[in-house]
Amino acid sequence: MFPASFDYRVAESIDEAISLYQSADGEARYLAGGHSLIPAMKLRLARPSRLIDIRPIEQLRYIRVGDDGAVHIGSLTTHAEIAASDVIAQHAPLLAQAAKVIGDVQVRNMGTIGGSLAHNDPGADYPAAVLALEATITVQGPNGTRRIAAADFLKDMYETALEPGEIIVDVAVPSYSGWKSTYVKFFHPASRYAVVGVAILANADGNQVQDIRIAYNGVASCAFRDTAAENVLKGTTVTDTAIAEAANAALNGVDALSDHFASAEFRKHIGRVYLKRALQGLFAG
Amino acid sequence: MGVPIKVTVNGRQYEAEVDPRMLLVHFLRDVLDLTGTHVGCDTSSCGACTVILNGKAVKSCTLLAVQADGAEILTVEGLEQNGKLHPIQEGFREEHGLQCGFCTPGMIMTAYDLLQRNPNPSEAEIRHALEGNFCRCTGYQNIVKAVQYAAAKMSS
Repeated sequence: MFPASFDYRVAESIDEAISLYQSADGEARYLAGGHSLIPAMKLRLARPSRLIDIRPIEQLRYIRVGDDGAVHIGSLTTHAEIAASDVIAQHAPLLAQAAKVIGDVQVRNMGTIGGSLAHNDPGADYPAAVLALEATITVQGPNGTRRIAAADFLKDMYETALEPGEIIVDVAVPSYSGWKSTYVKFFHPASRYAVVGVAILANADGNQVQDIRIAYNGVASCAFRDTAAENVLKGTTVTDTAIAEAANAALNGVDALSDHFASAEFRKHIGRVYLKRALQGLFAG
Repeated sequence: MGVPIKVTVNGRQYEAEVDPRMLLVHFLRDVLDLTGTHVGCDTSSCGACTVILNGKAVKSCTLLAVQADGAEILTVEGLEQNGKLHPIQEGFREEHGLQCGFCTPGMIMTAYDLLQRNPNPSEAEIRHALEGNFCRCTGYQNIVKAVQYAAAKMSS
């Protein structure tokens, strides 16, 4: 399967990429690792007239702690690099827990965090993690730079706050050193996308929970925080009863996706079962 | 309109003009005539098209040939040296790691990626590394044994 024809350009800098975008006839798209965009182009779900390859922009490839104390991740950082990063393991292990189960070895070697977030596939694994981590996404475009909270960035299925010509440049995650986290996922057996994925981030002393964040992807058209489930556990001592109550409270009123592999009812059932297992794993003993 | 690219494949340099929409796997098979790399699902799932790009396993059905400009690529044809099979290839033969053989080049290249990162993997690590490669014949058991054979041989 070949994609439809397009004009291919390579950008060496962000400014050059934006100017190539502006000078394009028809629809231009930025190409990072290509592991969302190229499959979409092969299926003619995307048919850009110009592809701007931004992978040579080395300044978008980094993981470092900034002056603000947050972990900053360049948008061209691959899933494999995030999964293996000591900095992320220390400050925001939830992001690495999600990165480790994206696709497979080969996909993680090519796919980038910026590309995945820009695509906002409902079955992607980063969305729940960035919502729980309250990450900030910085984008640069023809009208300058904007910082957008993850909750405002992820709008709906394949829809984000990106305006035409904007590129994700940075993902910033506050340091959660000392917090507990986990990401559990029910894989689609062939594509390995998340049928259900639940991310949990908790500030807890043993089973005493001060703060907890619970976010889902895969279940609905867009990832979301489940505040009803969070509220059951926030400020309480986690017990088996509390875990069961949180699972019962989760996903109520959610308009779940339904397809030939997993009905809406099944997705919600699995979502509650996986939340329960994730909480049991996090607060074991 | 063709775009000029330069790539090194199995140690040999190639220069070509390619249509930007040409996938890397088609460049390898149809332009360079290296047909060891297979097209399986063509949707980034099955791993039959796996090659090593700049030291890392990738699915060549999900890469444009133009994205490989300047890269070093290793395909299954590049493993054999002076008529001698690579230990991973030997492992697949000795342990009956294949039946129809369609998935084998991709399995071998993913195993190559694993063993260069982790020369002594556990069975669980081997199975985890091969998650992106599908085999519909063997049930994977002998593939795991083939990788274990290669790991032992390469570290001895």
